[in-house]
Amino acid sequence: MATKYDKAIASELIQQFGARPEMLVQVLHAFVKRYGFISKEAIRQIAAELNLSRAEVHGVVSFYHDFRTEAPGEHILKICQAESCQAMGSRELTSHAESTLGVAMHGTTSDGNVTLEPVYCLGNCACSPAVMVDDKVYGRVDTEKLDGLINECGG
Amino acid sequence: MANPVTVFVPRETAAVSLGAHEVAEKISLLDDVNVVRNGSWGASWLEPMIEVVIGEQRIAYGPVTVNDVDSLVDADFLNGGEHPLRIGPTTEIPFLINQERWTFWRCGLIDPLSIEDYLAHQGFAGLQAAFKKGPGFVLEEIKASGLRGRGGAGFPTGIKWQTVADAAGEQKYITCNADEGDSGTFSDRMLMEGDPLQLIEGMIIAGFAVGASKGYIYLRSEYPLTHRVLTKALVVARDAGWLGPDIQGSGFDFDIDIHLGAGSYVCGEETAMLESLEGKAGVIRYKPPLPAIKGLFGKPTVVNNVVTLGSVPLILKQGAKKYADFGVGRSKGTLAFQLAGNIKRGGMVEKAFGLTLRELIEDFGGGTASGRPVRAVQVGGPLGAYLSADQLDTPLDYEAFSDIGAMIGHGGIVVFDDTVDMAAQARFAMEFCAVESCGKCTPCRIGSVRGVEVIDRIVQNDDREKNMILLNDLCNTMIDGSLCAMGGMTPFPVQSALNLFPEDFTK
Ligand SMILES: Cc1cc2nc3c(=O)[nH]c(=O)nc-3n(C[C@H](O)[C@H](O)[C@H](O)COP(=O)(O)O)c2cc1C
Ligand code: SF4
Ligand code: FES
Repeated sequence: MATKYDKAIASELIQQFGARPEMLVQVLHAFVKRYGFISKEAIRQIAAELNLSRAEVHGVVSFYHDFRTEAPGEHILKICQAESCQAMGSRELTSHAESTLGVAMHGTTSDGNVTLEPVYCLGNCACSPAVMVDDKVYGRVDTEKLDGLINECGG
Repeated sequence: MANPVTVFVPRETAAVSLGAHEVAEKISLLDDVNVVRNGSWGASWLEPMIEVVIGEQRIAYGPVTVNDVDSLVDADFLNGGEHPLRIGPTTEIPFLINQERWTFWRCGLIDPLSIEDYLAHQGFAGLQAAFKKGPGFVLEEIKASGLRGRGGAGFPTGIKWQTVADAAGEQKYITCNADEGDSGTFSDRMLMEGDPLQLIEGMIIAGFAVGASKGYIYLRSEYPLTHRVLTKALVVARDAGWLGPDIQGSGFDFDIDIHLGAGSYVCGEETAMLESLEGKAGVIRYKPPLPAIKGLFGKPTVVNNVVTLGSVPLILKQGAKKYADFGVGRSKGTLAFQLAGNIKRGGMVEKAFGLTLRELIEDFGGGTASGRPVRAVQVGGPLGAYLSADQLDTPLDYEAFSDIGAMIGHGGIVVFDDTVDMAAQARFAMEFCAVESCGKCTPCRIGSVRGVEVIDRIVQNDDREKNMILLNDLCNTMIDGSLCAMGGMTPFPVQSALNLFPEDFTK
């Protein structure tokens, strides 16, 4: 996931939407997709090219959960924390993940393989509890299934 | 060589989350098989539910995993053979045939990305009726249908459209709210994955009715599969001349862009959604002005939920009266209820308003997944009140629910069995508000954080009496002093938990 920052490519990510400030949220998504997070360097360049202040860009970055400002692990494991999944044991599943990975929510394992994050509903509530690994959703996840997913992450 | 057998394998998030892609891949390797990726019929408890087309029938098997495929082959499933996973003809599944499908009637039935399939199933017939009879007719039909917003607030759609149609200005917008943040809800997602062309048709009709040529779908980022399906559907529609300039020679131009949300619940509120669509932080706007008057980029804007817009084409095809014949009182038509949480048969059930919660949970849902008694039910998402098992006979209509201090909202029904700790649920409601508050008003931003602390103290029996009073005061301050329903309704699940399940707070 760790891709080295490149000004020319970053510029392409911004310009693909025609350098319109109203596309800022979409631009930030493109950066997260490419670099995994929004770096200080990225904020500076986005602000300059969209003709916004750095504070404005920073304000948007910090408002949204999707826009991390630090590099995540190789894989991102999101466990749904919302009510339907709670009704099917997401709290226990979360504790299991935390103890297996040895990190708390928002933490990254020491080997850099997995970042654990909360998510509030994946729209898979008829098959709770649900988790997401990178951009794949899994349903009816018990501890055994979760261990399998963690293993696949190489964690 | 014999004609290939068609096997439907859903490309829908719930089915895929349980291995549908792997199943599809393995079946497609069999000889003389044509795999079609449909949407889901909504019986999520049977997913991945595959269907084999035999003559006029579709024979369903489910839930099928990749490990079942060999034994299905041995059982000659391509000829409908017996197998422990054989359910029988799709048209005989009680969970499905006892529904009243209007908005979701094509969902599961067709290939969602085939324009031919869509056209063969009355696709764009609503739009053609609109083109033929004009914008004024569309506005009157939608009003007469009694259609109310399915996003949660239940505002009459026809009146909203009329306001935008009457607003001055050349540039107007149609925005589709596909943020679907409520826990326990997934009907927007199912519709977008299972029948995206219908949503596109609904948006074009809305644009035609109010005089807008541009639409946006604000889609939550938690739905990557939906994003891929919708993106393709837009291309398919454009390529066939059903989207873009001069649609089918009508002289009417309309196009649609998808914008992704970024993990914020409050961005589902319409004014926060508009801010986010403008590339900004999703902070709530003061109303007035209404978005219908001053919405996206300050222009008159329709904001409608996915299911609202998706219900429109058939209303124009079948007539407003047909739609209004469903339902009770001022709750006309159908709603896509979503059965979630601790439920044996979870999934989507489209029914006319008026059935009871018990009918949904027991008859359709089969009770809890755990087999234990139902203790609490949350209807209408994280801002909806908790109900107790004694309230299950409440009929599902907007007014009956508001009479008991609850709301139907977007139709999500989350069931809990008797192992639930309602103090923990109340605490979560406050915690969620603290995480998701847009920060504009103090009662919501600070009150929710205090709420978590106060509930913790109550549970720990730390000055319990005093903190109970404090919690109630806090709830009332949030209800009275919040700008939007995030802060204004978070107290409902908290207070209902306290009132109906006081014993959980004093363990
Ligand atoms: C905190 C909050 C979150 C909301 N989330 C959504 C949502 O995810 N989807 C939606 O359609 N409406 C949501 N709404 C309701 C919208 O503000 C608005 O009423 C709706 O999109 C209008 O469309 P409709 O009339 O078709 O329902 C939310 C409201 C609030 C206060
Ligand atoms: S109630 Fe909460 S979410 Fe709504 S405007 Fe106020 S601070 Fe923002
Ligand atoms: S509440 Fe977990 S997927 Fe919806």
